Amino acid sequence: MTIARPKPVVTIERLSHSYGGVEGGTLILDNVELNVNEGEVVGLLGRSGSGKSTLLRSIAGLVSPTAGELTFAPDDAGDPRSVAMVFQSFALMPWLTVQQNVELGLEAQRVPADERRRRALAAIDLIGLDGFENAFPKELSGGMRQRVGLARALVVEPSLLLMDEPFSALDVLTAETLRTDLLDLWDEDKLGISSILIVTHNIEEAVLMCDRILVLSSNPGRIATEFRVDLPQPRDRLDPVFRDLVEQIYARMTQRPVPSPASATPSIEHSIDRPLPDVSVNTLAGLIEEVEAAPFSGRAPLSALADTLQLEIDDLFPIVESLQLLQFIDVVDGDAVLTKRGHAFAQEDTDQRKANFRRTLETHVRLARHIRTVLDERPTHQAPARRFRDELEDHMSPDFADVTLKAVTEWGRYAELFAYDDDDDRFSLDDPA
Amino acid sequence: MTPQAPDVQRTGFLGFSPRRLRGGIGWPDLALFAILLAAGVGVASGVHDAIEPLSRLRVEAVTLDWRNLPQYALLTTLRLFAALAASFVFTVLAATAAAKSRRAELVIIPALDILQSVPVLGFMTFTVTAFMGLFPGSRVGVECAAIFAIFTSQAWNMAFSLYQSLRQVPADLNEVASGFGLSPLRRLLRVELPFSTPGLVWNAMMSMSGGWFFVVASEAISVGHTQIMLPGIGSWLALAIERQDLTAVMQTVAAMAIVILAYDQLVFRPIIAWADRFRVEQTASAHPPLSWVYDLFRRARLLPSLTAPLRVGAALIFVAEAAPRPIKQRRRFAPRKDAPSPGLRLWTVLVIAAAIAASLYAVRFLGQTLTPGDAVRALGYGLLTLLRVVVLIAVASLIWVPIGVWIGLRPRWAARIQPIAQFLAAFPANVLFPIAVVVIVRFHLDADVWLSPLMVLGTQWYILFNVIAGASAIPNDLIEANRMFGVRGWQWWRRLILPGIFPYYVTGALTASGGSWNASIVAEAVSWGSTHLRATGLGSYIADATAAGDNARVLLGIMVMSVFVIAINRLLFRPLYRISERRLRLS
Repeated sequence: MTIARPKPVVTIERLSHSYGGVEGGTLILDNVELNVNEGEVVGLLGRSGSGKSTLLRSIAGLVSPTAGELTFAPDDAGDPRSVAMVFQSFALMPWLTVQQNVELGLEAQRVPADERRRRALAAIDLIGLDGFENAFPKELSGGMRQRVGLARALVVEPSLLLMDEPFSALDVLTAETLRTDLLDLWDEDKLGISSILIVTHNIEEAVLMCDRILVLSSNPGRIATEFRVDLPQPRDRLDPVFRDLVEQIYARMTQRPVPSPASATPSIEHSIDRPLPDVSVNTLAGLIEEVEAAPFSGRAPLSALADTLQLEIDDLFPIVESLQLLQFIDVVDGDAVLTKRGHAFAQEDTDQRKANFRRTLETHVRLARHIRTVLDERPTHQAPARRFRDELEDHMSPDFADVTLKAVTEWGRYAELFAYDDDDDRFSLDDPA
Repeated sequence: MTPQAPDVQRTGFLGFSPRRLRGGIGWPDLALFAILLAAGVGVASGVHDAIEPLSRLRVEAVTLDWRNLPQYALLTTLRLFAALAASFVFTVLAATAAAKSRRAELVIIPALDILQSVPVLGFMTFTVTAFMGLFPGSRVGVECAAIFAIFTSQAWNMAFSLYQSLRQVPADLNEVASGFGLSPLRRLLRVELPFSTPGLVWNAMMSMSGGWFFVVASEAISVGHTQIMLPGIGSWLALAIERQDLTAVMQTVAAMAIVILAYDQLVFRPIIAWADRFRVEQTASAHPPLSWVYDLFRRARLLPSLTAPLRVGAALIFVAEAAPRPIKQRRRFAPRKDAPSPGLRLWTVLVIAAAIAASLYAVRFLGQTLTPGDAVRALGYGLLTLLRVVVLIAVASLIWVPIGVWIGLRPRWAARIQPIAQFLAAFPANVLFPIAVVVIVRFHLDADVWLSPLMVLGTQWYILFNVIAGASAIPNDLIEANRMFGVRGWQWWRRLILPGIFPYYVTGALTASGGSWNASIVAEAVSWGSTHLRATGLGSYIADATAAGDNARVLLGIMVMSVFVIAINRLLFRPLYRISERRLRLS
């Protein structure tokens, strides 16, 4: 599989994409450069909101980005390249049998019925679905369904297989089996494809499968780093080199963005123009307690936390970031370290925690303080939530504004900083006694 | 990839498998054959009747001879299905156009929205003349007019359902279709129509019930001074009412019941059982709908050979289609302008201008014969009918909500009673109107009050079966928690049951209220031979104007009614829906 000089399958240059128009829209992808070479499995690793799915869909021709260039290089025979995609949700037509689903792409290409049938059955056979040809998708388990999705993509013999979080809707065991089967077929060169581009938010999965891992930063998506994985297949999760790489990626992904030289002092406060993830106070408290308790005793590697808590990075990182923002923990080299305030919080009873949280909100979350100030200033001590949502929408998309305000509302209610009435969509200082 | 799959079961030409024949022809084949043969003969004889010259109709007038009833029932059923077929064709054309083209959408959707809430019955006079002009001297023209009248009661909700389904096709399925470069036609047949099937089937069933309501009006047609009676259950009923023949009315009721049961079992149940596979939920239903006819079809070995022509047809449709081009090898992206194209803007202006022109024309047409006083009077009648609808929906709710809750909380009863409620909803209530007249005349009751219940006679069932569905959807743990804390009486209703069934109840009440408005046209003016009972209201206003051939007042009445229906939907039901979405969703 080693090739002296890598031959590109697809090259992407200066690709940018924003939703909702170029001006005033939300930038999803920012100047992304990427190429996938022959014989490579490339992983796109990023959190939700990093635009990794958009990037994949741009290559598949499903999304037309706002700027940039995308080129497929012809193969050795000079033929054009083709792509096929495997979906996170499987995307099978429930009204078609396994075989009809697999034949869908061939049918669109107007392949004659006999050949269609032969090729579909061969793909079904290859992917381990024999005996299920006439089953409908709803009769199958998740793993079997994703096998159909895989067979459907492979049967059209694409040069590049695009996989959009293909295993994240499956349970751990099923995902592992499917991953191994796919890797075996790939190593034995039975898939009939040149390269694979896989989008994932699972760091171990990326290290397990990929030759190259591109880490995307979020909001907007940029290629932050590239990791090369030179471990031979099949890879061992317990191999120290493997573990080390996983740790490195964790550390890289939780690294705070380097403060730009323009802003003199790195802000320790959450400014109003950045979205907040919607993480409940209970979850925050749970993580603080987990880090405080043995075996971590105040310092926990994130990869170990993810393991013990069975959390994907998309679940874990927002919690960690919220805690960082609230100054309950620091992240140092991929480890979560409790701050003094965090330690205190872990020891406190409910009322003390509320007071602690309230002080935190008042000092570190500008939006919460802003809402409180407005309520204090108004004679009625009331303000429509709409007003703050509009303010947020000057800086972010309506969806993000909604989530951000929801998060702050929950925090503010817990800290008894202000009250919120859902029916009227209005903040107030009313004590619901 | 392995070049040749070993030893596969080959189904041969178009899925027709020689292996299936090997077992010989079993009894399912014979039963299926008998059903299809009977259907074929029925259709053939109906068509034979329908193309007779018009003059024969006068010679062989409709008679109240019970031996004719089966034939009449057959003819009426065929008309209903012909109208349903027409509705289906219309639905596919209109809904796909609206879903695919922004321009078409601008015209079609508002039009459907209005047509859906408009009683089209009033327009019979216009359409009959038009269709008879198309086929002079033949019965075909009158048949077409009758079918068209039924069509107008069936098509709009089906088109709406398809339009909404087409816009809700899951994004990932759409991406698969785009990724593989499916042509628009293939995308429609492989992805969009299948996805829309469950909603469409449900709406077709509702439409079929709606169609019955119009059968009476559409089969006895007056053109100028002559009345044409198309043989059918509707004209039989009209005749029975004219002659005050209660036995004949009861015979119609029985015949309708049999017909409705028959097509439910032979047509709709199998279709529902079949359509279950089109649901997008990825799990198999816990209680998949069952149908003995569907099972029969599936067991029949000859079925593939019977449906082969369909598949050949489908294959032929695709022959002319171009193969998809491979994905573009080099793409350069540049910002697109999201602003609407000048063409679309021009189109919007044109559409609005046309709508204003049409309204002005309508107002001028009305102004020729009517005064503003007429409009005020029509509005007043509208308020009267509104009062009736509100009171009756409230009364029906008071009766059916407790009963529905009682049934819904007992799954065994719910399973048994739900089909009965659906059957009652499918049964055209106007057949029973004559009986009400007899009762009112007998006991010298006030028509203004006692005709009113007829309006909800057919529509109250929507409240019942929605409440049943809502009550059975209340999670068991909630019920148990309330029992544990000893919650009962009014608190039990207010804290558990009413919030639990609210979203369902709103749907039921919306359907019932819309149906009642339409029903008012037939329910506020009812005849029994020479006895004519009238309840003052917008419905009787339109009915009288139709009888008198006063097109201006028909139009005015219909416009006022549409305004009322649309206003109620916008001002009452939409906010209620929003509340139930926000506050009372159980998830």
